[in-house]
Amino acid sequence: MLDDSGENESADADLVAALQRRDESVFTTVVRRYHGPLLRLALAHHPSRAVAEEIVQEAWLAVVQGIDRFERRSSFKTWLFRILVNRARTRAEREGRTVPFSSLVSEVESEDGPAVPADRFVPTDHPEWAQWAGHWMVAPKSWGESPERALIARETRALIEAAIAALPAGQRQVITLRDVEGWPSEEVCNVLQISETNQRVLLHRARSRVRAALERYFDAESR
Amino acid sequence: MTAMPADELTCKELVELVTAYVENALPPNDRRRFEEHLATCEFCTEYLRQIRLTIGALGNLPDESISLEALAELQNAFRSFRSQG
Repeated sequence: MLDDSGENESADADLVAALQRRDESVFTTVVRRYHGPLLRLALAHHPSRAVAEEIVQEAWLAVVQGIDRFERRSSFKTWLFRILVNRARTRAEREGRTVPFSSLVSEVESEDGPAVPADRFVPTDHPEWAQWAGHWMVAPKSWGESPERALIARETRALIEAAIAALPAGQRQVITLRDVEGWPSEEVCNVLQISETNQRVLLHRARSRVRAALERYFDAESR
Repeated sequence: MTAMPADELTCKELVELVTAYVENALPPNDRRRFEEHLATCEFCTEYLRQIRLTIGALGNLPDESISLEALAELQNAFRSFRSQG
């Protein structure tokens, strides 16, 4: 009944109209659908769960108060998540934790180690293997016969959550929306207001780090 | 040992292109070099596999859901805004 992916414009218009005439069942459905992703995105901005939950509640209240003025220049979903991002950034600014808006770009521009530590590749000045410079010296080991099964274990999930929590804020926001929530890149760029290229840089670093965390786990398991 | 073709990627270069590759964002020539390297490098094939497993695992984390208290609070706000309007 409710297609609010934003891809179907008339469904999006119906949704907004229903909220504007205060259809509570539609409101409840929308809250249930988006609360989880909103909370994850809030957590990506603010590590404290209590604060993240407050930010989400504030965003919903802003939706209730602002829905009559919503002009559908974006999809409802983009509008909703932008409200959340703005709240989260304002809060971070007030608390002096990060410089908002420019922070994602400065994070992209700042140095961040390679996807895989350089010492795992043959160095150019290697005494015997110099012709293999840049090739694996300490190659990735297989994650076993059925890694998919290991990856859904509670322990592994906790490890992945911890690896995400340890990322710099921009990487955390991008990987949360792209991979945890499964959004297309265009929507992520829209909501976080970053370029496609910057988004890919942050995603690349984030995925590389989460893979590295899983690799440490699988290596320890096989020892 | 056979010499590498002049434009072959190294493994170190490949791991930095892996996101652009899975995002389908590599220019055709780089995509060809990427795939040529993969065809002969089991380690990079394993690396790519691990990146795909990582993406899959990230997408399988359990959903967060709203507490009944928080939902009730929002429904109240929605209702009271209606009665004002």
